Amino acid sequence: MTHFSAVLLFALFASVVFGITQRETPRRMLRYGVYCFVLFAGSAIVLSWVMFLIAR
Amino acid sequence: MATTPTTSNAAKQDPQQGFVYLPLIVGWLVPGAGHFLLRKWGRGALLAASIVGMFAVGIAMQGKLYSNAHDILDILGLIGDLGSGLLYFVGKVAGLGADQVQVTTADYGTRFIVVAGLLNVIAAVDAHNLRTGRKA
Repeated sequence: MTHFSAVLLFALFASVVFGITQRETPRRMLRYGVYCFVLFAGSAIVLSWVMFLIAR
Repeated sequence: MATTPTTSNAAKQDPQQGFVYLPLIVGWLVPGAGHFLLRKWGRGALLAASIVGMFAVGIAMQGKLYSNAHDILDILGLIGDLGSGLLYFVGKVAGLGADQVQVTTADYGTRFIVVAGLLNVIAAVDAHNLRTGRKA
């Protein structure tokens, strides 16, 4: 398993739980879950690029 | 007197009857079971799949199941692991998980296992909120 696939799996599982537990209607659960997933995966990608550029 | 059987059947089918902390405790012991108890089948199945999936991925990555509490980080890790309920105890009895973290992915696996426990606590509290009517 690569680091990135581990990040995606982590983001998926955590986003499902956050979406279901933090919102009340199915539509809002889905939207919040997708929002959390994008933030998890997006922040990992951005931070990875930042670390890559710092290390050069 | 003729209404007694109807009332009895309604009481059996009403998930709001009984011990108020039951969904919290059952939800902690078995991921998603608190929601199943309240007949939230879809939510319970998704929560169970996510939490058990995260725990299983952590084990597959040779993550560590905390058992000793020598320092503050071990104590916090143990508390997180205990959040998984029966998954943790079954894992310990079955000898799952590594004793020591030896590869990089095992370190990630250890975090997966801890976070699975923390997510299970959130799910169990959500079941409690559904039971008390705090959440619809």
